Amino acid sequence: MSVKQALLALLEQGPMYGYQLRVEFETRTGSTWPLNVGQVYTTLNRLERDGLVAGEGVDDDGHVVYRITDEGRDEVAAWFTTPVARTQPPRDELAIKLALAVTVPGVDVGTVIQRQRTATMVALQDYTRLKRAGRAANPARPDDMAWSLVLDSLVFVAEAEIRWLDHCEARLRRAVRTAENTATFEAGQPREVNR
Amino acid sequence: MNATLHLDDVTRVHGSGPTEVHALRGVSFRAHAGELVAVMGPSGSGKSTLLTLAGGLDTPTAGRVVVDGVDLAALGGAGRARMRRTSIGYVFQDFNLIPALTAAENVALPRELDGQRSRAARKAALAVLEEVGIPELADRFPDEMSGGQQQRVAIARAVVGERRLILADEPTGALDTDTGEEILRLLRARCDAGATGVLVTHEARHAAWADRVVFLRDGVVVDESGADPVDALLEPGMSR
Ligand SMILES: Nc1ncnc2c1ncn2[C@@H]1O[C@H](COP(=O)(O)OP(=O)(O)OP(=O)(O)O)[C@@H](O)[C@H]1O
Ligand SMILES: [Mg+2]
Repeated sequence: MSVKQALLALLEQGPMYGYQLRVEFETRTGSTWPLNVGQVYTTLNRLERDGLVAGEGVDDDGHVVYRITDEGRDEVAAWFTTPVARTQPPRDELAIKLALAVTVPGVDVGTVIQRQRTATMVALQDYTRLKRAGRAANPARPDDMAWSLVLDSLVFVAEAEIRWLDHCEARLRRAVRTAENTATFEAGQPREVNR
Repeated sequence: MNATLHLDDVTRVHGSGPTEVHALRGVSFRAHAGELVAVMGPSGSGKSTLLTLAGGLDTPTAGRVVVDGVDLAALGGAGRARMRRTSIGYVFQDFNLIPALTAAENVALPRELDGQRSRAARKAALAVLEEVGIPELADRFPDEMSGGQQQRVAIARAVVGERRLILADEPTGALDTDTGEEILRLLRARCDAGATGVLVTHEARHAAWADRVVFLRDGVVVDESGADPVDALLEPGMSR
């Protein structure tokens, strides 16, 4: 995940200190991709080194406040106008697990698929409950809307996973049927020849 | 507390001999008041069959279907028809709207058949058409509406009045994702208000609005996700 660009984008709203940035980030994205404060400060240090943010000094409570620089603004603009790269898909444990399950002997792929589908469905039900209740249900403010859209993203990803599992199950079942038919056909061959 | 809908070891066989199709094989299923249950499964797995049996539109080859404590088989054809008008709302996979009636008339029809005055029935119809987001189409005929609009009329017809059991067969098939979600919100609200809902869907995103998701395959329940409501656990002598 692009912590760097996300923090820069938040600083477009106005100067903030590290803890504030973390809170603002999580208001929009829930605790889906938790940021620890340490990570925020390390990133801010790097951004300052690269001239994308500048320290504004210390506020009354002793927090170091950062503001975005012009170079930082350019970086944010570039981020928003460039599509997220899809050339290298993130490692997908489930796809890898299934790829191995169909090839390693002795694994009941049907059960692997069924268990995963139930687990993913439970997660999907949880996301949907979050959508029905709380901030996401009636997104009045922009950051409620942001959170609601993030939930939608989780929903669509889980749904895609379930569709893919259904698809795998159907394909594997068809492959088994085809194999059985082929076996019957081949078993029938010699008799044909003998006639 | 008893389930509003109870299928007990239900089997449905279509045809006989070599063309025999076992659409359902010994399925037991329950849905309680306040509960929305989703049914998922591949095409041909028996989802619509389960729903038509639950709605008294078809009768099982073996097993019992009980709605509100009444065995549908014991009710007879006329009794089942009355129950369909008053307590059961049904959304058909192919909408089943009456072409010669406008949207509002289609929605009002079950209320009128049940003796409600036509003015009151129309008022109720207009209110639900508003809920499904097409108040401006009340006086259109089905062939003057898009597929998604017709589908919403079919949904309105199923939820108008105080239906205790709402059975919906792919009610979002013709809708875009946002409209589909509005319909799920509506079904969910009806169930939260005490109705019992059964929703057949291919879309996991929509099934996730349910309290429980039942997976059918080849006429058998293969899996279930989500918890039974607590009162179901207290039901004596009824194993899942
Ligand atoms: N009237 C009928 N006569 C013969 N077979 C039937 C009849 N109705 C349904 N079937 C068969 O029963 C099985 C279950 O059908 P059903 O309509 O319940 O499936 P479904 O799960 O609703 O599928 P879909 O997702 O395609 O709507 C299928 O094999 C179907 O061909
Ligand atoms: Mg069907």
